[in-house]
Amino acid sequence: MAPEILVLAGAEEAPLRDIAAYRAAGGYAQLEKARAQEPQAIIAELIESNLRGRGGAFFPTGRKASFIPTPDKVAKPVYITVNADESEPGTFKDREIMLRVPHRLIEGCLIAAHAIQSKFVFIYIRGEYSTEYDVLEAALDQANAAGLLGGVTIVIHRGAGAYICGEETALLSSLEGERGQPRSKPPFPAIEGLYAAPTLINNVETITTIPKVLEVGPAEYAQIGAPPDSTGTRLFCLSGNVARPGVYELPHGITARHLIEDVGGGVPGGRSLKAVMMGGSSFPVMTPDDLDTKLDANSLGQKGYFIGSGVVCAVDDRTCMVQFALRVGQFYMHESCGKCTPCRIGTRWLVQILRAVENGTAPESDLDLALDVCDRIIGKCLCVLGDSDAMIVASCVTKFRDEFRAHLEHRGCPFGHDSQLDRLFAPSDQHHDTPMAKEVPV
Amino acid sequence: MSLVEDIRKAAERYPRSKSAILPALRMAQEQYGWLPPEALAEVGEALGLTPAYCMAVASFYDMLHLEPVGTHTIEVCTNVCCGLVNAQAVLESFERELGVAPGETTADGSITLRAVECLGGCSTPTIVAVDGRYRQSVKPEDACAIVEELRGP
Repeated sequence: MAPEILVLAGAEEAPLRDIAAYRAAGGYAQLEKARAQEPQAIIAELIESNLRGRGGAFFPTGRKASFIPTPDKVAKPVYITVNADESEPGTFKDREIMLRVPHRLIEGCLIAAHAIQSKFVFIYIRGEYSTEYDVLEAALDQANAAGLLGGVTIVIHRGAGAYICGEETALLSSLEGERGQPRSKPPFPAIEGLYAAPTLINNVETITTIPKVLEVGPAEYAQIGAPPDSTGTRLFCLSGNVARPGVYELPHGITARHLIEDVGGGVPGGRSLKAVMMGGSSFPVMTPDDLDTKLDANSLGQKGYFIGSGVVCAVDDRTCMVQFALRVGQFYMHESCGKCTPCRIGTRWLVQILRAVENGTAPESDLDLALDVCDRIIGKCLCVLGDSDAMIVASCVTKFRDEFRAHLEHRGCPFGHDSQLDRLFAPSDQHHDTPMAKEVPV
Repeated sequence: MSLVEDIRKAAERYPRSKSAILPALRMAQEQYGWLPPEALAEVGEALGLTPAYCMAVASFYDMLHLEPVGTHTIEVCTNVCCGLVNAQAVLESFERELGVAPGETTADGSITLRAVECLGGCSTPTIVAVDGRYRQSVKPEDACAIVEELRGP
């Protein structure tokens, strides 16, 4: 049996930041082993393990690496970009990884670099993560001093505050020194990524899992969790109205109920659960009747949910779901890069509708109008930022339609000040100098 | 070393110097406090870009300031995860303590208060970044001590 804790192994009690301590716990042994193997063999092991991307898209990691052409096939260098721009609301696992096991992330980067024969790794870390950056830089210095880089250059690149840069092509634009706006795909980054060269882009958790996949062995790893599709463990981000929020590494396939009630201690204050922000703010909200759904891609998918970046945010019965949808909508409006019209206009339009519903001034037809706006965003933009807004807002309107309608009947919010999200201020309202603060004529 | 020399040195880490624009803008902002036209001109000079281009990039990112900000910043996360656990009360507590609305700077120019989107610390709400460093599990009653700490004796 493989141990239950893989990614955060050795850091259960205290952060494992010192290179000597990490090596004493078996760290960098997999790098040494990997470098003694052919690069193709590492990719084959990743494919066998069926490790999939932890950033949200759940794409098979080994297959993605196999798309990168070998150096004899391209005249350009190939790059690795690690997505550490963790900004999805409710997600805080990559931060824990960087703070607690920074060397495992670096070991994963170096193994991946060997697998695709790359000499250049960029770790794109969100600009707000200051302490995390310091810890990661210190670990990189230690690894460099220990002579572990083997000719690979790792650059830790700091973002400057833009959720959209977590989208892989926007990340590349930002890293190239442009505004962080997405590009059309194809060409996919594996063919034309950074500086139009083949680029492997992986999430922090995915890369950090790689040394452990090799350590337990791909065949055994493929048995952990909910095989065959959702293998291994997952860093679930539990937050919101629960007694014990935190990052919990657990195998795929546990139920949402187990995570919230047993692991998280349930909803505090004698309150009951009203909804779960499942996977992240970019996906449909879960209703309590689906709480026994297993947290793996297939079980969630059958009920229209997504595992996303492992977010499980509990929302208790005080909460007004119109306010919830409005605040999420304001986030996407603020973070839309403005490149595609359906997203730029649609995210603002949804905020206007939701604000009118919250105030009780919207006509009933606005509920269907909101759903119609969502339909006109989904699938019609270069990236999924607008889709994300549309998916969660549409799920709130559909699943809590009675509550939305009650606002119109009461000519105002029936929850009043009892809801924790009542009058919650959104950063978009700070931009007094931009049209964002003003109504867009639609 | 001058800012231009510092930026050129930082750019050496990248295959193409334009990639260094975010670190360059960060360095310029650290020196000037915000990004006035002369800061953008220096970044442009160092990287071979026009000031207008530097402004176009800077205006995209939330952490880069094209208007003056206070010597200190207090940034309160008001996204839903912190919001569910009382972030609005924390923000209002800072508003009362400082006498400014979110997005504003105190009259003496010392402290800017901002609301920000998810900072990635949802298990210890409310997250407040004070001069860019996270404070965890901040409660409304903590605002007074944080402001006093920044104002000094």
